[in-house]
Amino acid sequence: MSLDKKDVEAIAHLARLELDPSNIDETASQLSSIIEFVEQMNAVDTTGVQPVAHPLDLIARTREDQVTESNQRDHFQAVAPETQDGLYLVPKVIE
Amino acid sequence: MHNKTLSELSTALQNKEFSSEELTRYFLGRIKQHDQSLNSFITVTEDLALAQAQAADQQIAAGESGALTGIPMAQKDIFCTNGVKTSCGSKMLDNFIAPYDATVVKKTNSAGMVMLGKTNLDEFAMGSTNETSFYGAVKNPWDLNRVPGGSSGGSAAAVAARLTPVATGTDTGGSIRQPASLCGITGIKPTYGTVSRFGMIAFASSLDQGGPMTRTAEDAGIMLNVMAGFDEKDSTSYEKENEDYTRSLNDSLDGLKIGLPKEYFSSDLNPDIASVIDAAVKEYEKLGATIKEISLPNTGLSIPAYYVIAPAECSSNLSRMDGVRFGYRCEDPKNLDDLYSRSRGEAFGEEVKRRIMIGAYALSAGYYDAYYLKAQQIRRLISEDFKTAFSDVDVIMGPTSPSTAFKLGELSDDNDPTSMYLEDIYTTSVNLAGLPGMSIPAGQVNGMPVGLQLIGNYFQEAKLLNIAHQFQQATDWHQQTPAGFKEEH
Repeated sequence: MSLDKKDVEAIAHLARLELDPSNIDETASQLSSIIEFVEQMNAVDTTGVQPVAHPLDLIARTREDQVTESNQRDHFQAVAPETQDGLYLVPKVIE
Repeated sequence: MHNKTLSELSTALQNKEFSSEELTRYFLGRIKQHDQSLNSFITVTEDLALAQAQAADQQIAAGESGALTGIPMAQKDIFCTNGVKTSCGSKMLDNFIAPYDATVVKKTNSAGMVMLGKTNLDEFAMGSTNETSFYGAVKNPWDLNRVPGGSSGGSAAAVAARLTPVATGTDTGGSIRQPASLCGITGIKPTYGTVSRFGMIAFASSLDQGGPMTRTAEDAGIMLNVMAGFDEKDSTSYEKENEDYTRSLNDSLDGLKIGLPKEYFSSDLNPDIASVIDAAVKEYEKLGATIKEISLPNTGLSIPAYYVIAPAECSSNLSRMDGVRFGYRCEDPKNLDDLYSRSRGEAFGEEVKRRIMIGAYALSAGYYDAYYLKAQQIRRLISEDFKTAFSDVDVIMGPTSPSTAFKLGELSDDNDPTSMYLEDIYTTSVNLAGLPGMSIPAGQVNGMPVGLQLIGNYFQEAKLLNIAHQFQQATDWHQQTPAGFKEEH
Protein backbone atom coordinates (compact mmCIF):
# COMPACT_ATOMS: atom_id res chain seq x y z
CA MET A 1 0.00 0.00 0.00
CA SER A 2 1.30 3.38 -0.97
CA LEU A 3 0.78 6.48 1.16
CA ASP A 4 0.09 9.90 -0.34
CA LYS A 5 0.63 13.40 1.00
CA LYS A 6 -2.78 13.44 2.71
CA ASP A 7 -2.14 10.12 4.48
CA VAL A 8 1.20 11.39 5.75
CA GLU A 9 -0.38 14.58 7.07
CA ALA A 10 -3.05 12.54 8.87
CA ILE A 11 -0.45 10.22 10.43
CA ALA A 12 1.77 13.14 11.43
CA HIS A 13 -1.22 14.70 13.16
CA LEU A 14 -1.99 11.44 15.00
CA ALA A 15 1.64 11.35 16.16
CA ARG A 16 1.72 15.10 16.94
CA LEU A 17 4.71 15.68 14.69
CA GLU A 18 5.07 18.88 12.71
CA LEU A 19 6.67 18.06 9.37
CA ASP A 20 8.57 20.40 7.10
CA PRO A 21 6.05 20.96 4.23
CA SER A 22 8.81 20.71 1.63
CA ASN A 23 9.65 17.25 2.98
CA ILE A 24 6.25 15.60 2.92
CA ASP A 25 6.54 14.03 -0.53
CA GLU A 26 9.85 12.44 0.36
CA THR A 27 8.44 11.22 3.67
CA ALA A 28 5.46 9.71 1.83
CA SER A 29 7.76 7.78 -0.46
CA GLN A 30 9.95 6.54 2.40
CA LEU A 31 7.00 5.49 4.54
CA SER A 32 5.44 3.76 1.52
CA SER A 33 8.60 1.75 0.94
CA ILE A 34 8.58 0.64 4.59
CA ILE A 35 4.88 -0.30 4.41
CA GLU A 36 5.44 -2.25 1.19
CA PHE A 37 8.40 -3.97 2.80
CA VAL A 38 6.46 -5.10 5.88
CA GLU A 39 3.61 -6.29 3.69
CA GLN A 40 5.77 -9.32 2.86
CA MET A 41 4.01 -10.69 5.95
CA ASN A 42 0.83 -11.04 3.89
CA ALA A 43 2.31 -13.98 2.00
CA VAL A 44 1.95 -16.12 5.14
CA ASP A 45 -1.31 -17.66 6.26
CA THR A 46 -1.54 -17.01 10.00
CA THR A 47 -5.10 -18.22 10.51
CA GLY A 48 -5.46 -19.59 14.03
CA VAL A 49 -1.93 -18.55 15.13
CA GLN A 50 -1.98 -17.14 18.65
CA PRO A 51 -0.37 -13.66 18.57
CA VAL A 52 2.50 -13.07 21.01
CA ALA A 53 1.62 -10.74 23.87
CA HIS A 54 4.81 -11.29 25.91
CA PRO A 55 8.06 -12.81 24.58
CA LEU A 56 8.14 -15.38 27.40
CA ASP A 57 4.34 -15.82 27.41
CA LEU A 58 4.16 -14.43 30.93
CA ILE A 59 1.59 -12.14 32.47
CA ALA A 60 2.86 -8.80 33.74
CA ARG A 61 3.38 -8.89 37.47
CA THR A 62 1.22 -6.61 39.59
CA ARG A 63 1.81 -5.35 43.12
CA GLU A 64 -0.30 -4.23 46.04
CA ASP A 65 -1.67 -0.73 45.58
CA GLN A 66 0.49 0.83 48.27
CA VAL A 67 2.46 4.06 48.36
CA THR A 68 6.12 3.16 47.89
CA GLU A 69 7.59 6.47 46.78
CA SER A 70 8.15 9.63 48.78
CA ASN A 71 7.04 12.99 47.40
CA GLN A 72 9.83 14.33 45.17
CA ARG A 73 7.80 16.81 43.16
CA ASP A 74 10.30 19.67 43.30
CA HIS A 75 13.14 17.33 42.36
CA PHE A 76 11.31 15.93 39.33
CA GLN A 77 9.97 19.31 38.24
CA ALA A 78 13.47 20.77 38.23
CA VAL A 79 13.88 19.38 34.68
CA ALA A 80 10.53 20.73 33.41
CA PRO A 81 10.47 23.54 30.82
CA GLU A 82 8.01 25.64 32.83
CA THR A 83 6.30 25.17 36.22
CA GLN A 84 4.52 27.32 38.75
CA ASP A 85 3.31 26.41 42.26
CA GLY A 86 4.11 22.76 41.60
CA LEU A 87 2.11 22.70 38.35
CA TYR A 88 3.34 22.19 34.79
CA LEU A 89 2.55 25.20 32.63
CA VAL A 90 1.26 24.92 29.05
CA PRO A 91 -0.37 27.50 26.75
CA LYS A 92 -3.91 28.44 27.74
CA VAL A 93 -6.37 25.68 26.70
CA ILE A 94 -9.69 27.35 27.59
CA GLU A 95 -10.21 31.06 26.88
CA MET B 1 47.02 -1.13 31.42
CA HIS B 2 44.33 -1.04 28.76
CA ASN B 3 44.76 -4.65 27.70
CA LYS B 4 44.03 -6.14 31.10
CA THR B 5 40.84 -8.12 31.63
CA LEU B 6 38.50 -7.31 34.52
CA SER B 7 39.95 -10.01 36.74
CA GLU B 8 43.51 -8.86 35.94
CA LEU B 9 42.55 -5.28 36.77
CA SER B 10 40.90 -6.42 39.98
CA THR B 11 43.98 -8.37 41.06
CA ALA B 12 46.26 -5.43 40.25
CA LEU B 13 44.06 -3.08 42.30
CA GLN B 14 44.00 -5.48 45.26
CA ASN B 15 47.78 -5.89 45.05
CA LYS B 16 48.20 -2.08 44.95
CA GLU B 17 50.09 -2.23 41.63
CA PHE B 18 48.13 0.94 40.88
CA SER B 19 45.22 2.73 42.50
CA SER B 20 41.74 3.13 41.07
CA GLU B 21 42.47 6.84 40.73
CA GLU B 22 45.57 6.12 38.63
CA LEU B 23 43.63 3.64 36.52
CA THR B 24 40.76 6.10 36.08
CA ARG B 25 43.13 8.94 35.13
CA TYR B 26 44.75 6.60 32.62
CA PHE B 27 41.47 5.87 30.83
CA LEU B 28 40.33 9.52 31.06
CA GLY B 29 43.64 10.36 29.39
CA ARG B 30 42.99 7.86 26.61
CA ILE B 31 39.54 9.33 26.06
CA LYS B 32 41.06 12.83 25.79
CA GLN B 33 43.68 11.61 23.39
CA HIS B 34 41.51 9.50 21.09
CA ASP B 35 37.88 10.42 21.34
CA GLN B 36 38.04 13.52 19.15
CA SER B 37 38.52 11.16 16.24
CA LEU B 38 36.01 8.52 17.42
CA ASN B 39 33.20 10.59 19.00
CA SER B 40 32.26 7.58 21.12
CA PHE B 41 31.34 9.60 24.23
CA ILE B 42 28.55 12.17 24.51
CA THR B 43 29.50 13.12 28.06
CA VAL B 44 32.73 12.44 29.94
CA THR B 45 32.12 12.60 33.70
CA GLU B 46 35.67 13.29 34.83
CA ASP B 47 34.90 14.81 38.26
CA LEU B 48 32.40 12.12 39.14
CA ALA B 49 34.79 9.40 37.95
CA LEU B 50 37.64 10.72 40.09
CA ALA B 51 35.36 10.99 43.14
CA GLN B 52 34.16 7.41 42.59
CA ALA B 53 37.75 6.24 42.12
CA GLN B 54 38.88 7.89 45.36
CA ALA B 55 35.98 6.28 47.22
CA ALA B 56 36.93 2.91 45.67
CA ASP B 57 40.55 3.34 46.78
CA GLN B 58 39.35 3.89 50.33
CA GLN B 59 37.23 0.74 50.15
CA ILE B 60 40.17 -1.26 48.82
CA ALA B 61 42.43 0.10 51.59
CA ALA B 62 39.80 -0.85 54.17
CA GLY B 63 39.58 -4.36 52.73
CA GLU B 64 35.88 -3.88 51.87
CA SER B 65 36.15 -4.21 48.11
CA GLY B 66 34.41 -6.56 45.68
CA ALA B 67 35.47 -8.02 42.33
CA LEU B 68 34.75 -4.82 40.40
CA THR B 69 35.56 -2.12 42.97
CA GLY B 70 37.51 0.69 41.36
CA ILE B 71 37.26 -0.55 37.78
CA PRO B 72 36.28 2.08 35.18
CA MET B 73 33.34 1.55 32.84
CA ALA B 74 31.07 3.51 30.49
CA GLN B 75 27.28 3.65 30.37
CA LYS B 76 25.38 3.83 27.11
CA ASP B 77 23.61 7.20 27.20
CA ILE B 78 20.24 5.47 27.31
CA PHE B 79 20.58 4.60 31.02
CA CYS B 80 19.40 7.36 33.36
CA THR B 81 22.20 8.65 35.60
CA ASN B 82 21.20 10.83 38.54
CA GLY B 83 22.52 14.37 38.10
CA VAL B 84 24.19 13.60 34.77
CA LYS B 85 22.86 14.46 31.29
CA THR B 86 21.02 11.50 29.78
CA SER B 87 20.40 12.41 26.14
CA CYS B 88 19.58 9.13 24.40
CA GLY B 89 21.37 10.66 21.41
CA SER B 90 18.53 13.12 20.84
CA LYS B 91 18.06 16.87 20.71
CA MET B 92 14.84 16.10 22.61
CA LEU B 93 16.83 15.18 25.74
CA ASP B 94 19.88 17.39 25.17
CA ASN B 95 18.90 19.38 28.28
CA PHE B 96 17.74 16.38 30.33
CA ILE B 97 19.58 15.84 33.60
CA ALA B 98 18.18 12.55 34.86
CA PRO B 99 16.66 12.89 38.35
CA TYR B 100 17.31 9.24 39.26
CA ASP B 101 19.54 6.25 38.48
CA ALA B 102 18.53 3.33 36.28
CA THR B 103 18.70 0.00 38.12
CA VAL B 104 21.71 -0.99 36.00
CA VAL B 105 23.50 2.21 37.05
CA LYS B 106 22.61 1.62 40.69
CA LYS B 107 24.08 -1.87 40.41
CA THR B 108 27.37 -0.83 38.79
CA ASN B 109 27.66 1.98 41.36
CA SER B 110 27.09 -0.32 44.29
CA ALA B 111 29.63 -2.75 42.84
CA GLY B 112 32.09 0.14 43.24
CA MET B 113 32.64 0.66 39.53
CA VAL B 114 33.79 4.04 38.23
CA MET B 115 31.71 5.68 35.49
CA LEU B 116 33.96 7.40 32.92
CA GLY B 117 31.02 8.81 30.97
CA LYS B 118 28.03 8.22 28.73
CA THR B 119 28.50 6.71 25.30
CA ASN B 120 27.05 7.82 21.98
CA LEU B 121 24.22 5.93 20.28
CA ASP B 122 21.74 6.19 17.45
CA GLU B 123 18.94 8.56 18.45
CA PHE B 124 16.70 6.67 20.91
CA ALA B 125 18.63 3.53 19.86
CA MET B 126 17.00 3.59 16.42
CA GLY B 127 19.61 2.75 13.85
CA SER B 128 22.29 0.27 12.83
CA THR B 129 25.09 2.71 12.02
CA ASN B 130 25.21 5.28 14.83
CA GLU B 131 24.70 8.01 12.26
CA THR B 132 21.27 9.06 13.56
CA SER B 133 22.76 10.52 16.79
CA PHE B 134 22.12 14.24 17.38
CA TYR B 135 25.78 14.34 18.52
CA GLY B 136 27.16 13.12 15.22
CA ALA B 137 28.32 9.75 13.97
CA VAL B 138 30.71 7.53 15.89
CA LYS B 139 33.71 6.29 13.88
CA ASN B 140 34.89 2.70 13.79
CA PRO B 141 38.35 2.45 15.42
CA TRP B 142 39.40 -0.12 12.79
CA ASP B 143 38.80 2.43 9.99
CA LEU B 144 37.72 5.98 10.78
CA ASN B 145 35.85 6.20 7.47
CA ARG B 146 33.53 3.43 8.55
CA VAL B 147 30.61 3.13 10.96
CA PRO B 148 30.86 1.23 14.27
CA GLY B 149 27.36 -0.23 13.86
CA GLY B 150 24.46 0.64 16.07
CA SER B 151 22.77 1.45 18.10
CA SER B 152 25.35 0.82 20.87
CA GLY B 153 28.11 2.08 18.54
CA GLY B 154 29.71 4.43 21.07
CA SER B 155 30.07 1.63 23.62
CA ALA B 156 31.44 -0.75 20.98
CA ALA B 157 33.97 1.76 19.60
CA ALA B 158 35.09 2.81 23.10
CA VAL B 159 35.71 -0.79 24.19
CA ALA B 160 37.41 -1.70 20.89
CA ALA B 161 39.73 1.33 21.12
CA ARG B 162 40.48 0.52 24.77
CA LEU B 163 39.04 3.82 26.02
CA THR B 164 37.21 1.85 28.70
CA PRO B 165 37.61 -1.74 29.92
CA VAL B 166 33.86 -2.41 29.54
CA ALA B 167 30.62 -0.63 28.66
CA THR B 168 26.91 -1.25 28.82
CA GLY B 169 24.68 -1.60 25.79
CA THR B 170 21.07 -2.27 24.93
CA ASP B 171 19.72 -4.51 22.21
CA THR B 172 16.25 -4.20 20.65
CA GLY B 173 16.98 -5.78 17.26
CA GLY B 174 20.73 -6.35 17.37
CA SER B 175 22.03 -3.14 18.97
CA ILE B 176 24.58 -4.93 21.20
CA ARG B 177 25.55 -7.78 18.86
CA GLN B 178 25.88 -5.93 15.54
CA PRO B 179 28.20 -3.13 16.77
CA ALA B 180 30.15 -5.75 18.78
CA SER B 181 30.59 -7.63 15.51
CA LEU B 182 31.58 -4.56 13.48
CA CYS B 183 34.08 -3.35 16.12
CA GLY B 184 35.58 -6.75 16.98
CA ILE B 185 34.43 -7.04 20.60
CA THR B 186 32.25 -9.37 22.69
CA GLY B 187 28.64 -8.55 23.49
CA ILE B 188 25.74 -10.46 24.99
CA LYS B 189 22.03 -9.74 24.90
CA PRO B 190 20.51 -11.80 27.69
CA THR B 191 17.10 -13.47 27.75
CA TYR B 192 14.27 -10.92 27.88
CA GLY B 193 13.63 -10.02 31.53
CA THR B 194 17.16 -10.76 32.80
CA VAL B 195 18.48 -7.18 33.06
CA SER B 196 16.13 -4.58 34.52
CA ARG B 197 14.71 -2.01 32.11
CA PHE B 198 13.97 0.46 34.92
CA GLY B 199 15.56 3.77 33.98
CA MET B 200 16.62 2.47 30.58
CA ILE B 201 14.88 4.82 28.16
CA ALA B 202 12.31 2.67 26.38
CA PHE B 203 12.35 2.12 22.62
CA ALA B 204 10.33 -1.11 22.13
CA SER B 205 9.47 -2.50 25.54
CA SER B 206 8.79 -6.10 24.52
CA LEU B 207 12.18 -6.32 22.76
CA ASP B 208 14.58 -4.05 24.70
CA GLN B 209 17.21 -5.74 26.82
CA GLY B 210 20.42 -4.42 28.36
CA GLY B 211 23.71 -6.26 28.44
CA PRO B 212 27.49 -5.89 28.69
CA MET B 213 29.94 -5.04 25.88
CA THR B 214 33.43 -6.26 26.69
CA ARG B 215 36.60 -7.63 25.15
CA THR B 216 36.23 -11.19 26.48
CA ALA B 217 33.46 -13.63 27.33
CA GLU B 218 34.84 -13.92 30.85
CA ASP B 219 34.48 -10.14 31.30
CA ALA B 220 30.94 -10.33 29.93
CA GLY B 221 30.06 -12.97 32.53
CA ILE B 222 31.55 -10.88 35.35
CA MET B 223 29.61 -7.81 34.18
CA LEU B 224 26.39 -9.77 33.75
CA ASN B 225 26.71 -10.93 37.36
CA VAL B 226 26.43 -7.26 38.32
CA MET B 227 23.84 -6.12 35.75
CA ALA B 228 21.35 -9.01 35.91
CA GLY B 229 18.79 -9.80 38.58
CA PHE B 230 15.14 -9.48 39.46
CA ASP B 231 13.90 -5.90 39.91
CA GLU B 232 10.45 -5.20 41.24
CA LYS B 233 10.55 -1.80 39.53
CA ASP B 234 10.41 -3.49 36.09
CA SER B 235 7.12 -5.32 35.62
CA THR B 236 8.69 -7.59 32.99
CA SER B 237 11.74 -8.45 35.09
CA TYR B 238 11.97 -12.24 35.39
CA GLU B 239 11.63 -13.52 38.93
CA LYS B 240 14.34 -16.10 39.63
CA GLU B 241 17.36 -16.75 41.84
CA ASN B 242 20.54 -14.86 40.99
CA GLU B 243 23.10 -17.04 39.26
CA ASP B 244 26.85 -16.92 38.67
CA TYR B 245 27.22 -16.47 34.92
CA THR B 246 30.91 -17.39 35.07
CA ARG B 247 30.31 -20.76 36.77
CA SER B 248 30.73 -22.90 33.68
CA LEU B 249 33.25 -20.90 31.62
CA ASN B 250 35.79 -23.72 31.77
CA ASP B 251 33.45 -26.61 30.97
CA SER B 252 34.49 -28.80 28.06
CA LEU B 253 32.58 -28.46 24.79
CA ASP B 254 32.95 -32.15 24.06
CA GLY B 255 29.66 -33.37 22.62
CA LEU B 256 28.21 -29.86 22.15
CA LYS B 257 25.57 -29.90 19.41
CA ILE B 258 25.76 -26.82 17.17
CA GLY B 259 22.93 -25.99 14.79
CA LEU B 260 23.68 -24.03 11.62
CA PRO B 261 20.49 -22.56 10.15
CA LYS B 262 20.59 -22.95 6.38
CA GLU B 263 18.74 -19.63 6.06
CA TYR B 264 21.76 -17.83 7.60
CA PHE B 265 24.12 -19.21 4.96
CA SER B 266 22.12 -18.47 1.82
CA SER B 267 23.64 -17.01 -1.33
CA ASP B 268 22.98 -13.49 0.04
CA LEU B 269 25.78 -13.94 2.56
CA ASN B 270 29.07 -12.33 1.59
CA PRO B 271 31.40 -15.29 0.75
CA ASP B 272 34.32 -13.78 2.70
CA ILE B 273 32.18 -13.62 5.82
CA ALA B 274 30.90 -17.14 5.16
CA SER B 275 34.46 -18.47 5.15
CA VAL B 276 35.29 -16.74 8.46
CA ILE B 277 32.21 -18.36 10.00
CA ASP B 278 33.11 -21.74 8.48
CA ALA B 279 36.59 -21.53 10.01
CA ALA B 280 35.11 -20.66 13.41
CA VAL B 281 32.75 -23.62 13.23
CA LYS B 282 35.72 -25.89 12.33
CA GLU B 283 37.47 -24.57 15.45
CA TYR B 284 34.46 -25.70 17.48
CA GLU B 285 34.65 -29.14 15.87
CA LYS B 286 38.25 -29.33 17.09
CA LEU B 287 36.93 -28.53 20.57
CA GLY B 288 34.65 -31.56 20.39
CA ALA B 289 31.42 -30.11 19.02
CA THR B 290 29.24 -31.73 16.38
CA ILE B 291 27.49 -29.81 13.63
CA LYS B 292 23.97 -30.16 12.36
CA GLU B 293 22.19 -28.23 9.63
CA ILE B 294 18.88 -26.88 10.90
CA SER B 295 16.16 -24.69 9.49
CA LEU B 296 14.55 -21.51 10.82
CA PRO B 297 12.09 -21.19 7.96
CA ASN B 298 10.55 -17.86 9.01
CA THR B 299 13.86 -15.96 9.26
CA GLY B 300 13.01 -13.82 6.24
CA LEU B 301 9.88 -12.54 7.98
CA SER B 302 11.70 -11.34 11.08
CA ILE B 303 12.59 -7.91 9.68
CA PRO B 304 9.09 -7.17 8.33
CA ALA B 305 7.51 -8.24 11.66
CA TYR B 306 10.13 -6.31 13.62
CA TYR B 307 9.49 -3.12 11.62
CA VAL B 308 5.85 -3.23 12.65
CA ILE B 309 6.27 -4.23 16.31
CA ALA B 310 9.25 -2.00 17.18
CA PRO B 311 7.77 1.18 15.59
CA ALA B 312 4.36 0.47 17.16
CA GLU B 313 5.91 0.24 20.62
CA CYS B 314 8.18 3.24 19.99
CA SER B 315 5.28 5.42 18.91
CA SER B 316 3.64 4.71 22.27
CA ASN B 317 6.82 5.02 24.33
CA LEU B 318 7.97 8.26 22.73
CA SER B 319 4.60 9.92 23.23
CA ARG B 320 5.89 10.89 26.68
CA MET B 321 8.29 13.30 24.97
CA ASP B 322 5.75 16.09 24.65
CA GLY B 323 7.59 19.23 25.74
CA VAL B 324 5.61 19.50 28.99
CA ARG B 325 7.40 17.68 31.82
CA PHE B 326 11.01 17.41 30.61
CA GLY B 327 13.11 17.72 27.50
CA TYR B 328 12.91 20.11 24.57
CA ARG B 329 10.14 22.71 24.23
CA CYS B 330 9.66 24.84 21.12
CA GLU B 331 9.72 28.65 21.30
CA ASP B 332 6.42 30.55 21.68
CA PRO B 333 3.87 27.76 21.27
CA LYS B 334 0.56 29.14 19.93
CA ASN B 335 -1.55 26.53 21.72
CA LEU B 336 -1.19 23.11 23.32
CA ASP B 337 -1.34 21.19 20.03
CA ASP B 338 1.29 23.48 18.54
CA LEU B 339 3.46 22.92 21.62
CA TYR B 340 3.30 19.13 21.16
CA SER B 341 3.74 19.06 17.39
CA ARG B 342 6.45 21.65 17.08
CA SER B 343 8.45 20.45 20.11
CA ARG B 344 8.42 16.91 18.70
CA GLY B 345 8.86 17.98 15.08
CA GLU B 346 11.86 20.18 15.91
CA ALA B 347 13.57 17.83 18.36
CA PHE B 348 13.22 14.36 16.81
CA GLY B 349 15.50 13.30 13.96
CA GLU B 350 14.29 11.87 10.64
CA GLU B 351 14.62 8.16 11.46
CA VAL B 352 12.83 8.56 14.80
CA LYS B 353 10.00 10.46 13.09
CA ARG B 354 9.68 7.77 10.43
CA ARG B 355 9.39 5.04 13.02
CA ILE B 356 6.90 6.97 15.14
CA MET B 357 4.75 7.52 12.05
CA ILE B 358 4.95 3.88 10.93
CA GLY B 359 3.94 2.86 14.45
CA ALA B 360 1.08 5.35 14.62
CA TYR B 361 -0.15 4.11 11.24
CA ALA B 362 0.14 0.40 12.14
CA LEU B 363 -1.83 0.95 15.34
CA SER B 364 -4.48 3.23 13.84
CA ALA B 365 -8.13 2.28 13.41
CA GLY B 366 -8.65 -0.10 10.51
CA TYR B 367 -5.00 -1.16 10.20
CA TYR B 368 -4.33 -2.81 13.57
CA ASP B 369 -5.22 -6.36 12.47
CA ALA B 370 -3.42 -6.12 9.15
CA TYR B 371 -0.15 -4.94 10.62
CA TYR B 372 0.27 -5.20 14.39
CA LEU B 373 -1.74 -8.37 15.03
CA LYS B 374 -0.29 -10.01 11.92
CA ALA B 375 3.24 -9.17 13.07
CA GLN B 376 2.60 -10.65 16.52
CA GLN B 377 1.34 -13.85 14.84
CA ILE B 378 4.47 -14.02 12.70
CA ARG B 379 6.43 -13.50 15.90
CA ARG B 380 4.82 -16.67 17.26
CA LEU B 381 5.95 -18.60 14.14
CA ILE B 382 9.50 -17.31 14.60
CA SER B 383 9.53 -18.37 18.29
CA GLU B 384 8.22 -21.82 17.32
CA ASP B 385 11.04 -22.20 14.77
CA PHE B 386 13.57 -21.72 17.57
CA LYS B 387 11.70 -24.07 19.90
CA THR B 388 11.85 -26.82 17.28
CA ALA B 389 15.54 -26.13 16.64
CA PHE B 390 16.48 -26.27 20.33
CA SER B 391 14.89 -29.68 20.74
CA ASP B 392 17.78 -30.90 18.58
CA VAL B 393 20.79 -28.66 19.27
CA ASP B 394 22.43 -26.85 22.23
CA VAL B 395 23.38 -23.65 20.44
CA ILE B 396 22.72 -21.99 17.09
CA MET B 397 25.58 -20.30 15.26
CA GLY B 398 25.94 -18.06 12.27
CA PRO B 399 27.16 -14.62 11.24
CA THR B 400 26.06 -11.67 13.40
CA SER B 401 25.86 -9.31 10.45
CA PRO B 402 25.73 -9.89 6.68
CA SER B 403 28.63 -7.47 6.10
CA THR B 404 31.60 -5.90 7.83
CA ALA B 405 31.42 -2.22 8.80
CA PHE B 406 30.26 -0.08 5.89
CA LYS B 407 31.46 3.39 4.98
CA LEU B 408 29.92 6.40 6.70
CA GLY B 409 26.95 7.53 4.62
CA GLU B 410 26.89 4.34 2.55
CA LEU B 411 23.48 3.24 3.89
CA SER B 412 22.20 6.37 5.58
CA ASP B 413 22.29 8.39 2.34
CA ASP B 414 20.06 5.83 0.65
CA ASN B 415 16.54 7.21 0.22
CA ASP B 416 15.11 3.75 0.97
CA PRO B 417 15.42 3.21 4.75
CA THR B 418 14.77 -0.53 4.41
CA SER B 419 18.30 -1.12 3.06
CA MET B 420 19.65 -0.30 6.53
CA TYR B 421 16.98 -2.44 8.18
CA LEU B 422 18.25 -5.55 6.38
CA GLU B 423 21.57 -5.25 8.20
CA ASP B 424 19.77 -6.78 11.18
CA ILE B 425 18.55 -9.87 9.32
CA TYR B 426 20.34 -12.34 11.65
CA THR B 427 19.72 -10.54 14.93
CA THR B 428 16.10 -9.31 15.16
CA SER B 429 14.52 -12.79 15.33
CA VAL B 430 16.38 -13.38 18.62
CA ASN B 431 14.68 -10.32 20.17
CA LEU B 432 11.30 -11.30 18.76
CA ALA B 433 11.64 -14.69 20.47
CA GLY B 434 13.16 -13.18 23.66
CA LEU B 435 16.19 -15.52 23.49
CA PRO B 436 19.76 -14.78 24.58
CA GLY B 437 22.25 -13.99 21.81
CA MET B 438 25.90 -13.15 21.70
CA SER B 439 28.53 -11.91 19.25
CA ILE B 440 32.23 -12.74 19.53
CA PRO B 441 35.12 -11.78 17.26
CA ALA B 442 35.80 -14.67 14.87
CA GLY B 443 38.08 -13.25 12.17
CA GLN B 444 38.62 -10.38 9.79
CA VAL B 445 37.87 -9.52 6.17
CA ASN B 446 40.11 -6.83 4.64
CA GLY B 447 41.21 -5.76 8.09
CA MET B 448 37.67 -5.34 9.40
CA PRO B 449 36.32 -7.57 12.21
CA VAL B 450 33.70 -10.27 11.66
CA GLY B 451 31.47 -11.47 14.49
CA LEU B 452 30.18 -14.97 15.12
CA GLN B 453 26.69 -15.02 16.57
CA LEU B 454 25.76 -17.58 19.23
CA ILE B 455 22.08 -18.04 20.04
CA GLY B 456 21.07 -20.01 23.11
CA ASN B 457 17.86 -21.36 24.59
CA TYR B 458 16.03 -19.31 27.25
CA PHE B 459 18.20 -18.46 30.30
CA GLN B 460 21.23 -20.28 28.87
CA GLU B 461 23.54 -17.26 29.22
CA ALA B 462 26.09 -19.22 31.28
CA LYS B 463 26.21 -21.88 28.56
CA LEU B 464 26.66 -19.23 25.82
CA LEU B 465 29.47 -17.60 27.79
CA ASN B 466 31.11 -21.03 28.24
CA ILE B 467 30.91 -21.66 24.49
CA ALA B 468 32.33 -18.19 23.77
CA HIS B 469 35.07 -18.48 26.41
CA GLN B 470 36.30 -21.83 25.07
CA PHE B 471 36.63 -20.29 21.59
CA GLN B 472 38.59 -17.38 23.08
CA GLN B 473 40.94 -19.84 24.80
CA ALA B 474 41.71 -21.38 21.40
CA THR B 475 41.86 -18.20 19.27
CA ASP B 476 43.13 -14.64 19.68
CA TRP B 477 40.70 -12.62 17.55
CA HIS B 478 39.30 -10.99 20.70
CA GLN B 479 42.79 -9.72 21.59
CA GLN B 480 43.33 -7.83 18.33
CA THR B 481 43.58 -4.08 18.87
CA PRO B 482 42.98 -1.59 16.06
CA ALA B 483 46.13 0.19 14.82
CA GLY B 484 46.46 3.63 16.37
CA PHE B 485 45.02 2.48 19.70
CA LYS B 486 47.66 -0.05 20.73
CA GLU B 487 50.22 2.08 22.56
CA GLU B 488 49.98 2.74 26.28
CA HIS B 489 48.39 6.16 26.52
